[in-house]
Amino acid sequence: MALLEARGVNVVYEPSRGQRIWAVRDVNLTLEAGEFVGIVGESGCGKTTLGYALTRMLRPPARLDGGVITFDGTDIATLAGEQLRRRRRNGFALVMQSGMNALNPVRSIGHQFGDVLKANARPGDHLDAAAIRQRSTSLLESVQLDAEVLGRFPHELSGGMRQRVSIALALALEPRLIVFDEPTTALDVIVQEAVIQTIKDLQRDRGFTAVLISHDLGVVLEATDRVLVMYGGRIVEDQPAAVIAEGAHHPYTEALLNCYADPRADEVVLGGIPGSPPDLSLTEPGCPFTPRCPLAQDICREVDPPLAPLGRGWAACHVRAPAVRAGVEAGRAS
Amino acid sequence: MTVLTAMPPPPEAPGRAANVRSGTASSVPGPLRFGGRAIRTIWSNGKARAGLIMLGLFICIAVFAPLIAPHSPTATSFTPYSGPTSTNWFGTTGNGQDVFSQLIYGSRVSLLVGFGAGALATLVAVTLGLIAGYRPGLVDELLGFVTNLALVIPALPLMIVLAAYLQGHSVWTIVLVVAFTSWATGARVIRSQTATLRTRDFVTSAVFSGERLLRVVFREILPNMTSLVAASFFAAATAAILAEASLEFLGLGNPATVSWGTILYAAEQQNALLTGQWLMVLAPGLAIALLMMSLTLINFGVDALSNPRLREK
Amino acid sequence: MTYISRRVVLFIITLWAAITLNFVLPRLMPGSPVDAALGKLAAAGVPITNAERNAIEIQLGMPHASLISQYGEYLRNIALLRFGTSYSYPTQTVAETIGKALPWTLELVGAATIFAFIIGTLLGIYAGWRRGTATDSSITVGATFFGAFPPFWLGLLLLYLLAFKFGWFPIKGGYDPGLTPTLSVSFMLNALWHSVLPALTLAITTLSGWVFGMRNNMINTLGEDFVTFAEANGLRARTVATLYAARNALLPNVTAFGLALGSVVGGSVLVEGVFSYPGVGGLLFIAVTNHDYPLMQALLLVFSLSMLVAIFIVDLLYVRLDPRVRR
Repeated sequence: MALLEARGVNVVYEPSRGQRIWAVRDVNLTLEAGEFVGIVGESGCGKTTLGYALTRMLRPPARLDGGVITFDGTDIATLAGEQLRRRRRNGFALVMQSGMNALNPVRSIGHQFGDVLKANARPGDHLDAAAIRQRSTSLLESVQLDAEVLGRFPHELSGGMRQRVSIALALALEPRLIVFDEPTTALDVIVQEAVIQTIKDLQRDRGFTAVLISHDLGVVLEATDRVLVMYGGRIVEDQPAAVIAEGAHHPYTEALLNCYADPRADEVVLGGIPGSPPDLSLTEPGCPFTPRCPLAQDICREVDPPLAPLGRGWAACHVRAPAVRAGVEAGRAS
Repeated sequence: MTVLTAMPPPPEAPGRAANVRSGTASSVPGPLRFGGRAIRTIWSNGKARAGLIMLGLFICIAVFAPLIAPHSPTATSFTPYSGPTSTNWFGTTGNGQDVFSQLIYGSRVSLLVGFGAGALATLVAVTLGLIAGYRPGLVDELLGFVTNLALVIPALPLMIVLAAYLQGHSVWTIVLVVAFTSWATGARVIRSQTATLRTRDFVTSAVFSGERLLRVVFREILPNMTSLVAASFFAAATAAILAEASLEFLGLGNPATVSWGTILYAAEQQNALLTGQWLMVLAPGLAIALLMMSLTLINFGVDALSNPRLREK
Repeated sequence: MTYISRRVVLFIITLWAAITLNFVLPRLMPGSPVDAALGKLAAAGVPITNAERNAIEIQLGMPHASLISQYGEYLRNIALLRFGTSYSYPTQTVAETIGKALPWTLELVGAATIFAFIIGTLLGIYAGWRRGTATDSSITVGATFFGAFPPFWLGLLLLYLLAFKFGWFPIKGGYDPGLTPTLSVSFMLNALWHSVLPALTLAITTLSGWVFGMRNNMINTLGEDFVTFAEANGLRARTVATLYAARNALLPNVTAFGLALGSVVGGSVLVEGVFSYPGVGGLLFIAVTNHDYPLMQALLLVFSLSMLVAIFIVDLLYVRLDPRVRR
């Protein structure tokens, strides 16, 4: 059985009366235990929102609008309150963007570890001060931090250290799924490299399912086994990381790859994608990439392309994954 | 594999509305559109709506006072010290004046002083706040110090001492005294907001493209602070209404003025509570409280205008 | 410069500025406060010695001496607590009069402020945490309503209802007329009974400021990342509300405490007047009624100084609460 299955997940933002913005639209997704998946896309494509939706961390004005999220057999989309809280232990965890503000500024790191360990303690656990200290220390060591960090406050740590502390706190839940939202965005390149390596090592050693969300394709390709590409709130491509740079793909993925120039080439040409991202408040049918797509056809404007086999993975494109057509015609007739 | 990446765009974050691309450009001028949107947002806030209605009622009462009040407020033709009767619904003062009519006409003074002093105080606060926030350095330090000093000296005692010295015999003295003691809070807030805005990109680009200082301040910075200025104004007006009533109550105003505060002063002088004229005490105080409350309620809506987190659905 | 040493320097400079402002003020006012003061003293039949006249002139303005020398004398008098004689209380010096009244006000304002701060903060936390619900609306609307009450009016109402009509509390004064102030328990209890209504009035009218401030801070803090992360890590709702959200939301309120104190001090003037309470607020009330300038000036100085000291103490307290300003 898959660890997490999402079916028909929609997330809508309602910032003021009458305004509805569809940040995530009809997402179907399966995650197996031990997988390392990357979600990549530009700003506003819905990847962070999806990550928060899967870990049930959406905040008003965002909300889950329909859909089923099955974690280890249980639908967590309908859980709330204490029931939801209990599921997090040994369940799903979230590491937020860059850890800059993810730590309580007025509590010491040691106290924050204590809070998490005590809140997630099992009935049989005996958590006295010594046990807490010991477990906190071992968690810090797993992210290459020294125990003396426990006595510090967040403002006394560097950005990279705070990010590692965030990871260690999430690990305290002994989760089977961890979503890392842009873990390296606000860090400099050298620290980025170290944090990504830490995440890779942890995933390999502990075997949890990792979801890495980033707009940086390079980071995602370096760490993950499987890559999901999102555009306009939808998953448009799903491929093993090894093949994403080769072969034919969804036109958006190709355009994205073209944005990265090869520094070894004689002539470095920086590409771009003409046009602008779609207006997420509109709910018209059709492929969202149509206005910017060089391969667009009439059907692209009329029918939502579902994910269909392409190469070793899947893509949502009428042109590139035409096996869809027969199924869609049949759908129209009925 | 090394990849050349462009400058990463700012990452999206849940909990904040995604960028919505606007439609075609509107033909309505900018400030009018902004004002319309502002009023709609304020109106959509339940508390603010109630406040606007209450304020509207008070303004109507003040404007149409001659039509509403049954008698002239200063006419001393009635039996003094009497309780509620059919001619004098709220009783009479020690000089034989009708309390109800005084109550109606008193709304004028409260509104006048409240908005007058509030506007004056806000004007000073905005001026000093903009200057201090825009020019860091000696001017800012000096103005900041003066503002802090003004905040440390408690407002009402200072007002009382000033009014006592000036032996204020006109409403304008009160307005000046009140404004003089209440500009500091607004100035502090506006100064810090200006300092924050000053470092924003759109200001820097305006300065680099050669816009003169005054234009930058009035066309770039000030429009981004309208809701803050509005909130300051309403807060200042609320405080001014209370201050004016307090000063009148203490006998520091002009006894000939007809205002809610002077009614209470008269009530205290003639021990109205002990002689059973409790309506003379209840009514003006309630009026003051309701007027102040209406402005505070409106401010809830103004707060929501500047801070989307506070908006109601 | 560390946070604390900066605060100390600021305190000293502001102290000097407040004292100087007090010096400048009567000299800027129209008319001649000195003559008025001297005239009133004479009318009250108080013998005016040269030392007396000197003290009053230094405080209110000496037409024939240079400003610098006046200022020097003024500072010396401040240090020696020589404020002259008030004609409202001709038998004792202004310093003595104020000295007797100050403890009453400190007790009244202190009790009312602490009470209002604690209750107001708790209500604000609750309203912010339950934002948008009926609880939040009732708390905010209720606070708006009570906060709009003019302090003197609420005082009059409570006086009428609870003291006059129901007779539960005394109508005026700080203690029963026949008693002499001592440190005995019975006197303390009597004084306490007399302070309930004024303290209640002050507390109710200043409560709303704390409620709103805390509620706004709470709403802003709840949007912070670390609150979301705490929830993601399985912390209980109550822990998140208190140790993570409220504990941080409290900080801006603490810095605002000193300034909010100004409105309590102002309110005390009106409330003590209404209840004839023997504090410094009531003294100002009497001084204003009598146009007693020496007393008024001295009181203004005392008010300013107490505010300064209170703000300074709160600033020192802040260091304990926010680890980011240490060092």
